[in-house]
Amino acid sequence: MKVLVAVKRVIDYNVKIRVKPDKTGVETANVKMSMNPFDEIGVEEAVRLKEAGAASEIIAVSMGPQSCQETIRTALAMGADRGIHVLSDAELQPLAVAKLLKAIAAKEQPQLVILGKQAIDDDSNQTGQMLAALLGWAQGTFASKLKLEAEKALVTREIDGGLETVELKLPAVMTTDLRLNEPRYASLPNIMKAKKKPIEQVTPEALGVDVAPRLVTLKVEEPAKRQGGRKVASVQELVDKLKNEARVI
Amino acid sequence: MTTYKAPLREYRFLLQELFDVGELAKLPGYEDATPDVFEQVLEEGAKLCEEVLFPLNRSGDEEGCTFENGVVRTPKGFKEAYDLFRQGGWTALVCDPEYGGQGLPHTLQFLVEEMVSSANMSFGMYPGLSNGAYRAIWHHGSAAQKRKFLPRLVDGSWSGTMCLTEPQCGTDLGQIRTRAEPAGTDGVYKITGTKIFISAGEHDLTDNIVHLVLARIVGGPPGIRGISLFIVPKFLVKDDGGLGPRNGVRCGSIEHKMGIKASATCVINFEEAEGYLLGEAHKGMRAMFTMMNAARLGVGLQGLALGETAYQTARQYAQDRLQGRALAGDKFPDKPADPIIVHPDVRRMLLTMKAYTEGARALAAWVSLALDRAERDPDPAAREEADDFIGLMTPIIKAMLTDNAFAATNLGVQIFGGHGYIREWGMEQLVRDSRITMLYEGANGIQALDLVGRKMPMHNGRLLRRFFHPVDAWLRQRLEKPELQEFVMPVMKAFGRLQQVTALVAQKGMADPDEAGAAASEYLRAFGLVAMGYLWARIAEIALGRLGGDEALFYKGKLATARFYMARVLPETNTLFVNIAAGAKSLMELEAEAF
Repeated sequence: MKVLVAVKRVIDYNVKIRVKPDKTGVETANVKMSMNPFDEIGVEEAVRLKEAGAASEIIAVSMGPQSCQETIRTALAMGADRGIHVLSDAELQPLAVAKLLKAIAAKEQPQLVILGKQAIDDDSNQTGQMLAALLGWAQGTFASKLKLEAEKALVTREIDGGLETVELKLPAVMTTDLRLNEPRYASLPNIMKAKKKPIEQVTPEALGVDVAPRLVTLKVEEPAKRQGGRKVASVQELVDKLKNEARVI
Repeated sequence: MTTYKAPLREYRFLLQELFDVGELAKLPGYEDATPDVFEQVLEEGAKLCEEVLFPLNRSGDEEGCTFENGVVRTPKGFKEAYDLFRQGGWTALVCDPEYGGQGLPHTLQFLVEEMVSSANMSFGMYPGLSNGAYRAIWHHGSAAQKRKFLPRLVDGSWSGTMCLTEPQCGTDLGQIRTRAEPAGTDGVYKITGTKIFISAGEHDLTDNIVHLVLARIVGGPPGIRGISLFIVPKFLVKDDGGLGPRNGVRCGSIEHKMGIKASATCVINFEEAEGYLLGEAHKGMRAMFTMMNAARLGVGLQGLALGETAYQTARQYAQDRLQGRALAGDKFPDKPADPIIVHPDVRRMLLTMKAYTEGARALAAWVSLALDRAERDPDPAAREEADDFIGLMTPIIKAMLTDNAFAATNLGVQIFGGHGYIREWGMEQLVRDSRITMLYEGANGIQALDLVGRKMPMHNGRLLRRFFHPVDAWLRQRLEKPELQEFVMPVMKAFGRLQQVTALVAQKGMADPDEAGAAASEYLRAFGLVAMGYLWARIAEIALGRLGGDEALFYKGKLATARFYMARVLPETNTLFVNIAAGAKSLMELEAEAF
């Protein structure tokens, strides 16, 4: 069984994000970039499937500029077998990414596509769902547990009310939540082996996908500075302020 | 809490801007060690150090190692961290692929060692010692010994030690009393004696511990010429590689130390323990020095590593701590007070730390690149040149980097004010941990004697020329460049005086060894400061050309620190040169009884 894992290159979660002075986006020049943490969980899950004998091949896919190859290398060092890099310097929005993944899925015929539930840069939480819809496949989003059985996958989802387990007919799309697993550290021998694993480079044009953005970003701003708190003398005063000042109750 | 993020941008600067690490991949055996591999390995190593080793640093210090009935336990979490470290292949990084190693360059190993020590110096002791034992056996062992011990040292399931010191002898190893009696079989001996200060001598991290022990074969020549080196495993190793019965090796106690408390420092008693001669009989010191040289460079790195953690934490604090106002008027009027980084004196301390640490790293990288050339360059002349340079710089790296580390970690405490003295902040631990680096692997005074007494006269000064000639050429080529004058001139001047005092020390030392001894420590420091000054000048040259890009702030930092170095660090050599010229008389005239 082939598993396709999507890995996005994002600003490292440790970096303090700065908005560009012209408010067109956030500063990414000379900022440490890493694999989206949810995608790391996706790679880890795929590698565990392979180690358990359930998966035969893992393909890591990333999209964006040349530097995305580093992110694919990280996935290869964790245990993915080969990479596909869709080279594009354009802004890739979730719908475009979903279409590109659909084109790759058509070619590779995986039984399972794993994505992070969202990327920590734009927090869209759309790509997995869009991909499932475009492919007409079943989807199990926000997965905290995956169990494969013959021809089907049992995915435990983290939902508002607790946990929900869905049964998906394969092939299927799954998106990962935080508690699915704890990703491993790549070992030194595997980092060295990753260097020799193949990464295929394709373009959106070759895949026949129009990636032109459908959404326009008007401006990007920093969140409002936090105001200092105030002490209230009594519960009554608190209720009064919540009602009349904050107007939240 | 201290702060540590691996300085990956600094590493890239060294490897790709100041030096060209791409050259290494041209050496036979290093084909895979391309710059992108360096980046990936460092990035993954950084994760492990920041997320696994660093969080255990304070708790390891508070808890320390415990000793009970001959069993030593490392602090909570160390065993799990060690397993992750070893399973990740980090113990194998620089080792021979024939025995399961990754065969990667020393230059990469140096940077990984730095990250490990920055995150948790005590932890780093365990794999560090193993690597020393690996090197000694790899260099001097028989084929059978290598097959028996190396694969397990490489994969980290066994660890190693170096057992030199005894209660009556530390520096003067000619006094060793541990004895080796032939046990009937060729090369097998019964080892009996007591060794002290044995780092990683006993612990719960690995299945077996391979001790390398200096001992005197009964009836051998007296003094240093009768010392041999033995492999003495804690558990005997069967022919199939499995563990046999316990050998006659017991831990008698552990030391209660000022710092590196999570590193077990043991008294090890050998009682008719089975040992195997490593290398030739009576030539143990030579074999041991294979470990010592690498270990000395490693200690220098520990110093630099602690300076880095101290700097990162102090920098953060100086920017966050709001206290009082800038002397020349409010700098941040919207805040209740200015951060203390506005003050000249705080900046003096931070810049000293930055100049020491980044200069040290450049110096260490320069030497580690030579280490790789010395081992792999196909041209014997190039190998000899690199080897000479390493020999010359080893005592300087060991002593100056650790002296500076103690100064830097101390400044870190100072920047924190009273909070620096409080354990929770972690700054005082860095001072305590750094203090050992000036002592072990040959106290810094011994390093100075090594430089002046051995390295300086060796091959009629050939080692010195490996430094003097390239530096001289670099400086001369830049005499006509006006934008570099503020860097080249001060270095040129100090460099000229260093050459003068080198001649003076050599000449006076020849007639009276006390003269060389009296000058040694200050000579070593002056030498180190000039070497670092040369590197800061080179760094400045690079930074000057890159101020316009989108990393302007990074290069401005380099340039400003280079200026600080020329204005406020390098001038220390003036005092040192005066002291060196003052000679031995003021040290030696007082009788011992009059002290």
